[in-house]
Amino acid sequence: MAVLTTPRSAVQLASKGRPVREHVFRFVLMASLAVALAFLILLLVYMVVKGWPRLDARLWENMPSIRRPERAGAQSAIVGTLWLIGLTALFVLPTGVLAAIYLEEYADKTRWYNRLIELNIQNLAGIPSIIYGILGLGILARVVGLGFGVLTGALTLSLLVLPIVIIASREAIRAVPPSIREGSLALGATQWQTVYRQVLPASIPGIATGCILALSRAIGEAAPLVMLGAATFVPFNPEGLFDQFAALPVQIYFWITQSREEFHVLAAAAIVLLLVILLLMNSVAIWLRNRYQKRW
Amino acid sequence: MASAGRGVTAPGNSLGRSRPRYGETAVKVLLLAAALVSIATTVGIVGALIEPTIKFFGEVSVFEFFASTDWAPLFSPPAFGVIPVVTNTLIITLIAILVAVPLGLAAAIYLSEYATARVRKALKPILEVLAGIPTVALGFFALTLVSPFVRSWWPFPMEAKNGLVAGLIVGMMIIPIVASLSEDAMSAVPGGLREGAYALGSSRMIVSLRVVFPAALSGIIAAVILAISRAAGETMIVVIAAGSNPTFTVNPGKEMPTMASFIAQAGSGDLPVGSIAYDTIFAVGSLLFALTFAMNFISARFVRRFREVYE
Repeated sequence: MAVLTTPRSAVQLASKGRPVREHVFRFVLMASLAVALAFLILLLVYMVVKGWPRLDARLWENMPSIRRPERAGAQSAIVGTLWLIGLTALFVLPTGVLAAIYLEEYADKTRWYNRLIELNIQNLAGIPSIIYGILGLGILARVVGLGFGVLTGALTLSLLVLPIVIIASREAIRAVPPSIREGSLALGATQWQTVYRQVLPASIPGIATGCILALSRAIGEAAPLVMLGAATFVPFNPEGLFDQFAALPVQIYFWITQSREEFHVLAAAAIVLLLVILLLMNSVAIWLRNRYQKRW
Repeated sequence: MASAGRGVTAPGNSLGRSRPRYGETAVKVLLLAAALVSIATTVGIVGALIEPTIKFFGEVSVFEFFASTDWAPLFSPPAFGVIPVVTNTLIITLIAILVAVPLGLAAAIYLSEYATARVRKALKPILEVLAGIPTVALGFFALTLVSPFVRSWWPFPMEAKNGLVAGLIVGMMIIPIVASLSEDAMSAVPGGLREGAYALGSSRMIVSLRVVFPAALSGIIAAVILAISRAAGETMIVVIAAGSNPTFTVNPGKEMPTMASFIAQAGSGDLPVGSIAYDTIFAVGSLLFALTFAMNFISARFVRRFREVYE
């Protein structure tokens, strides 16, 4: 950025003749960012204000109920979401990181199949989440025969965020300079020893940041789970991989579709809970990135 | 890459591989298997879509599907003209793009050309948080706060669930995509181009609009195409805020279910497996998949072009 500071005196010289237009332009740019910021703040304030009457222990102590909104809670949905995220992390983290290692450290970029894998991952990252719902419904639940339990939901979410994990992990691995690898290889380490003992430890903070952001996307995702029959008012917590489950975003969606105002208040309260979880995860990711990002 | 494992035990051939390393090969196979999961995902998606879609077109003529403007697949008598949900998808995407492109590009220009490193570091997480808001929350916000507000200002009749509000909020959702990808493209423009323009007496605005913006154009186009693809596939906001009653209209004050929201609404119901209504979900899914696939592909081509120039 040092290059940008040099011409600043030139800017001042040139802009003397037309200060108004310059100022208006700068103001418009800042106003655009302000719109996005104001939208975000308004949304957060609105949810807290609307959900405030129900932001208490009932939310996580009670089970959903269709008849009595004043006693309804979201415990099964919260537990269901924890199951989903735990399982998703278990599936997607090893797969995503190993795939990223393959593409960055092992793949010969001139081979057609490696280029195909790469192009395919880019494309998958842009496929709408509802299409993954169709994948879960048509293949995982019916053809593979996993049914409509929490395992199918977690596998679907895993495939949905897999491209994000791979792309983020690849960037982190690419940021490790080649000299580290060359030094290790020159000392007689094998390729896997180099990857496992040098490259991977150096890129862990970047990988962790990307993975947390990917999992936070999975937590808020409702569309594919709606397809998988994540049920509306499940009055029990899942206890096994094939048990029926509820999930927080899906629970929120069904409360929104109810016409009674009490359910809307409940939805707002659950949204606040979801947003708090997501903001916590985002802050951890940003903190990790700032704290451990290595400048080589 | 092949290191001389034990140079001492094989002195005559110190640079060659002394013995095969089965462990290394096993690791490589494992890594390749992980990478192939992504291929299996694509195969799975196509596999899930193709069989019910073929079955669907065995019962409904291709001509009716693509030429009729009457969409009521879950009613009796059913009607399978997909045009209304396609035009609804296009209209909501258009509204979203009209919101997101000016705001997102302005934000990108500010972050790339005006903001100091410290301001940028403070502002970028805000965009990340906006990008991470669950779409059910955005849909709820659209339905319960934005929709009543817009209806009180809108001069024409407007339904409580309508395409305009859904489009506006989808637009807010994709601002971070437009902003962060465009900013990447603008930051990648070499400083020399800016310095040259400044040396010729250009102001910061002129440099931003006439030098950096055109130089980053292919990256910006890629960002916009990706944002279009995200808007077209957005589900929960549209399900919640745009209703479910499809009429063939361009009036954004009406209910406007899209392809994605139809899939979610029909898929969450209890449609009997194998019925024609059930297969409709997959037919519409194939259309949506083909559409977003094509847009992602075009976007990737634009990205490659801009990478070729500056890296």
